[in-house]
Amino acid sequence: MKIIAAMSGGVDSAVAAARAVDAGDEVIGVHLALSSNPQKYRSGARGCCTIEDSHDARRAADVIGIPFYIWDMAEEFHEGVVENFLEEYAAGRTPNPCLRCNEKIKFAAVLDRAKALGFDAVATGHYAQMRQTPLGRTMHRAEDPLKDQSYVLAVLNKSQLDGAIFPLGDTHKEEVRREAKRRGLYVANKPDSHDICFVPSGNNAGWLHDRLGTEAGPIVDEAGTKLGEHQGAYTYTIGQRRGLNLTVPAAGGVPRYVLKIEPLTNTVVVGLKESLAVSEIEGEKAIWCGPVPQAGQEHRGYAQIRAHGEALACTYSTDGMQIRVLLDQPLLGLATGQGLVIYDEDRVVGSATVSATK
Amino acid sequence: MASYFDHAATTPMSLPAIEAFTEQIQQLGNPSSLHTQGRSVRKRVEEAREAIARAAGASPSEVIFTGSGTESNNLAIKGFYWKRLGEDKNRNVIVISAFEHHAILDPVEWLEEHEGAHVIQIPVTREGVVDLEALKDIVDKNRERIAVIAVMHSNNEIGTIQPIMDVVAIAGDIPVHTDAVQSFGKVAFDFTQLGVTSATISGHKVGGPLGVAALLLRRGIDVTPILHGGGQERDIRSGTLNAPAIVSFAAAATDGQIHREARYIYLRELRQYLIDSLTAVVPDIVVNGDIEPALPGIANLTFPGTESDGLLLLLDAEGIASSTGSACSAGVPRPSHVLLAMGLSERDARSSLRFSLGVSNTRAEIDQLSSVISSVVERARAALSRQ
Repeated sequence: MKIIAAMSGGVDSAVAAARAVDAGDEVIGVHLALSSNPQKYRSGARGCCTIEDSHDARRAADVIGIPFYIWDMAEEFHEGVVENFLEEYAAGRTPNPCLRCNEKIKFAAVLDRAKALGFDAVATGHYAQMRQTPLGRTMHRAEDPLKDQSYVLAVLNKSQLDGAIFPLGDTHKEEVRREAKRRGLYVANKPDSHDICFVPSGNNAGWLHDRLGTEAGPIVDEAGTKLGEHQGAYTYTIGQRRGLNLTVPAAGGVPRYVLKIEPLTNTVVVGLKESLAVSEIEGEKAIWCGPVPQAGQEHRGYAQIRAHGEALACTYSTDGMQIRVLLDQPLLGLATGQGLVIYDEDRVVGSATVSATK
Repeated sequence: MASYFDHAATTPMSLPAIEAFTEQIQQLGNPSSLHTQGRSVRKRVEEAREAIARAAGASPSEVIFTGSGTESNNLAIKGFYWKRLGEDKNRNVIVISAFEHHAILDPVEWLEEHEGAHVIQIPVTREGVVDLEALKDIVDKNRERIAVIAVMHSNNEIGTIQPIMDVVAIAGDIPVHTDAVQSFGKVAFDFTQLGVTSATISGHKVGGPLGVAALLLRRGIDVTPILHGGGQERDIRSGTLNAPAIVSFAAAATDGQIHREARYIYLRELRQYLIDSLTAVVPDIVVNGDIEPALPGIANLTFPGTESDGLLLLLDAEGIASSTGSACSAGVPRPSHVLLAMGLSERDARSSLRFSLGVSNTRAEIDQLSSVISSVVERARAALSRQ
């Protein structure tokens, strides 16, 4: 096979590229330039796509012995991921930009380009497993539960996954680092990246503030009584308890949590912990990673609503476009806009965007 | 078979240059030392200076050795700017053509940001030649305020030769610098006859080694130095002279001088063969820039409906080296500022590739290129249309 290995400059994608070469594929390394104004250096675990990262990717490709190019995806990334991130926050939702990047950039823009240029697939350093099962080629959780990234890949449809290769899914992270060292890749000890890559300071609220501006609005309780004021509803997240600066004390001093963000009226609603409980989730814009579950039927499975969140036992049903989930045990705090991923044991069934909760 | 069509980026060292380099690198001595060993190396450096002066139509004292073409251009631009501004504080205008190499554009931009320079760009025509009427107008309106005018001798991306003697005539007593890195050794270039105040030439573009270049600077004219410490080159450029590279540069320049006309004819025919062969398979190719007067070996072609970095990747996989123009510090290919300055749309600029030929290239290599180009263009078109 002819493969494009997406190389971020980190240890995972470097080892993934090397393994693709070992598998006998013809591999070309590509680093995606996602920022039109990249920073020179990476600071700690924050940020990616610095000039240093592109250098690290190039050196890894040299060591592996594959051609290397840089593809400019800055415009696509800005339009498809950064702008969407801002729009979602402005609309009072909590988006996950990594999901969006996989869906719109890595396995859309890059995969499309790769295929047009005559390549068969894109290999990345994501931790997830593709397996041949009686249901076809299906995606499963990674062997390393701490690194499992199947959640952020659940936005890929069947045809995108058919063009995806994840060479690291069967390996633990520590072993990947050891292997990188054995292969002479000097990124072996490079820290993992966390946080949102285009917010290099790590200060999401400040970053949003700079771009969405400050608009004061009321903080109210469930009955609508004003308890305080905020400087921009988007800086709050559902379930947040600290930093509310409420001026009216609660009866009995019980803590209050953010329950809802209403962008139209620029209002933040707070209330008791019990009010955060969610036992029903509705998701829209469903994407299926394998066969579509039969409509009009109830299925047993697990729901996950955060990248490294718990798998919550549930019953779900779908009409193909929307997914409705009934959790066995209620969970506390879920924002619209979050990604809802459905698993059948360790197999990823599909995903949807949370549109309503009860 | 590997086919290298990027000789404008760098070209193989010539045999005389390799021999001179390997011989000189074994000789002990710092050319500035006063003892026997020092004098012996100094003698070779001065012979090299004379050889380069002969090849460039300059006198030996007009040759100032530097470490790269970029350094020579920086020295000329910043040196003239500081010198002339020091003489008259109103002289802060720098006039350059809109399609100079980054080794001119970037120091000029830096002077604008940090040193109060005011930059005026001379527009270029669709054919890739600087607009002399516009230059006349700029000089008429700003004569007293202009520190330096810089127009390249030939453009590195499209190969067009610029009317430098006309620029000099318009400039009058204003210093004119020309970046002749691509021209020297390939087309007629005579420093004295051109009448420019300074010119940049570089070793590795003419079959010499990397890491050596020269600023030709007219006798009796000084510029403010950038590097201080030793004053080796007319007190204008300091740093231990790189004797092996200088001697090798001279051998390459002399070799280039001897064979220039024959090579010119060969390369011009080869370029025409390349254009004809590719146009026969991909008929909608557009050739950018006038092909006369021009460097003989440069063909800059627009392949409509493609993205040039896709073309480059696919050609590279076939063993064929070409160029997309410059990339930013992160390695991202940018649309060529040269083609944009000539009035091409960003889309067309992003669809253009440069093939630059050298004497080692053959018709067989071009045949190989023509045999793969249509499938390469087809795939690059598909890649763009899916975006």
